[in-house]
Amino acid sequence: MSLFKVENISIAFGGVKALNNVSFEVNEGEVFTIIGPNGAGKSTLFNVISRIYQPTEGKIYFKNNDISKVAPHKISSLGIARTFQNLELFENATVLQNLLLGRHIFKKTNFLNEMFHTPKVRKGEMEHRLKVEEIIDFLDLQHYRDTLINGLPYGVRKNVELARALCTSPKILLLDEPSSGLTNEETNDLGFWIKDIQSILKITIIMIEHDMSFVNKVSDRILALNYGEILASGLPSEIKEDAGVKAA
Amino acid sequence: MRFIFKTNYAQDINMARHGGDRFWYGCLILLMLAMPLLIDDFYLGEISYICILAIAGIGLMILTGYTGLASLGHAAFLGVGAYTQAFLLTHGVPFYLSIPIVIVVSFLVGAAIGIPILRLTGMYLAIATLALCFIAEHVFIRWEHFTGGNRGMPVPQPEMLGLSFYDSATFYYFCLFFLIASMLVAINILRSPTGRAFVAIRDSEIAAQSLGVNLGIYKALSFAISGAFTGLAGALLAHYIGYLAPDIFNIFLSLTLLLLIVVGGMGSLHGTIFGAIFVGFLPQLIAICRDYLPSYIGSQPGLEPMLFGLILVLFILYEPLGIYGRWMKIKLFFELFPTYKKQTFKKQKVFTKTDRV
Repeated sequence: MSLFKVENISIAFGGVKALNNVSFEVNEGEVFTIIGPNGAGKSTLFNVISRIYQPTEGKIYFKNNDISKVAPHKISSLGIARTFQNLELFENATVLQNLLLGRHIFKKTNFLNEMFHTPKVRKGEMEHRLKVEEIIDFLDLQHYRDTLINGLPYGVRKNVELARALCTSPKILLLDEPSSGLTNEETNDLGFWIKDIQSILKITIIMIEHDMSFVNKVSDRILALNYGEILASGLPSEIKEDAGVKAA
Repeated sequence: MRFIFKTNYAQDINMARHGGDRFWYGCLILLMLAMPLLIDDFYLGEISYICILAIAGIGLMILTGYTGLASLGHAAFLGVGAYTQAFLLTHGVPFYLSIPIVIVVSFLVGAAIGIPILRLTGMYLAIATLALCFIAEHVFIRWEHFTGGNRGMPVPQPEMLGLSFYDSATFYYFCLFFLIASMLVAINILRSPTGRAFVAIRDSEIAAQSLGVNLGIYKALSFAISGAFTGLAGALLAHYIGYLAPDIFNIFLSLTLLLLIVVGGMGSLHGTIFGAIFVGFLPQLIAICRDYLPSYIGSQPGLEPMLFGLILVLFILYEPLGIYGRWMKIKLFFELFPTYKKQTFKKQKVFTKTDRV
């Protein structure tokens, strides 16, 4: 049974059809990669899934519930987390604050008891911190806890964004070009982490990626897009042989 | 240089980072409490005014410095607070009840204004709040039943437990009490999930949204909290002035508040205090300087607003982090002496941020 299903999604910006009748299913526990040349509609697809764009047509199902009408800020509490292609970190906050924001959906206190910092607020903060520390250990961010994002190198920032998404304890993780701008070594680490996220944290991953050797290494299934239409989908070995993909 | 060895998560939540903080802030509070013994009534009045400005500054800092929403209309909230306080006291509501009512009223006014205009950002928000400032001034003029219109409105000075606001030491202690209370509440808000959500909205709305922050609600909340603090400052300001007239709450007062947070240092609560001291003493400083300037400059009527504007521009250009930022740099210089490098605070230019989603 599929965990996540996209059904006949179309979206047009003016005359440009960014996505045309795209459907796919993602099974629980797999790494599903979307590839395609620039402007193929990959990021648009992600923005439709995280409800930043309203699709012209089509439906999205998560655990068999239609989520194509859910408000954008509710998506993460359903268990869908994402990263952005051009990092969207909170630049003037520390790494720790960024990660704690990932726990925002689990906040149990309201504004009134926060105003007086009641013991309940403190307890909540401690619990969030504990979870955040798990992620920090998982992604080796111990050194950077109190550093402002402003002062961090690009690779670490990407890492922090992944960590922030993990802090929301998601079921599905959407990664928008996780390896772009990383060194070879960092990309290798990322490969291991993705495998770990899949096997230890049991999170399903949908990923947009350009680096084909990286894609072949980590993904279970691949979907190739071009001009908003599906070219091919299947196992990495099948995609490699597909004529349409080679042409694109 | 102090190295803090952290052994408990609570250390990151606590207000005081280490014993030194506790000691120095304790000293500061003692000094503030002893102030009436040290200086005369005139300067005590000035310091009360600085406390009031600082409370309003906290309000604007939460909105502009932490949530990233600019407001040029905060004089309106001061006005709402001041008139509500005067109205309540005139109608016989005791002081200890009127202050909570003022806070609630300005919270609600803030929310009511925040909800419709929170769809605007940046420049457009600034224009909308500017309009708010003018509208509020007109309301204060026209709504004569409530505000006394252009004739103005006297503010009854309350007496409680044999203490009167006519006594400048009593008034000073009230202002100080409200400043410390506001500061504590503001710190509590900012170290809680709500405060983090504000910062998130400031730095990246789209990421905040995808992490589950409801933009509409949090922006409105920020407006309301900001309104509540500023309203409280307005109520105290009413007592400070003693007689309310609509033209007090004009655009110039709004700009003064903006100058306060920019000069003090955006995004820091310390900044509101530094800024309030600066803005509070600046008119005195200008008045003193006038005597030494040649008469054709010294007696110019528009000198004060011009200097305010000039200082605002210079700070934005040369010290965007304000006095607080400068203070941090000086502190670090002595901590690291003699290895301080000028480049430490140099910002790396980053080009990754685009408007693309």
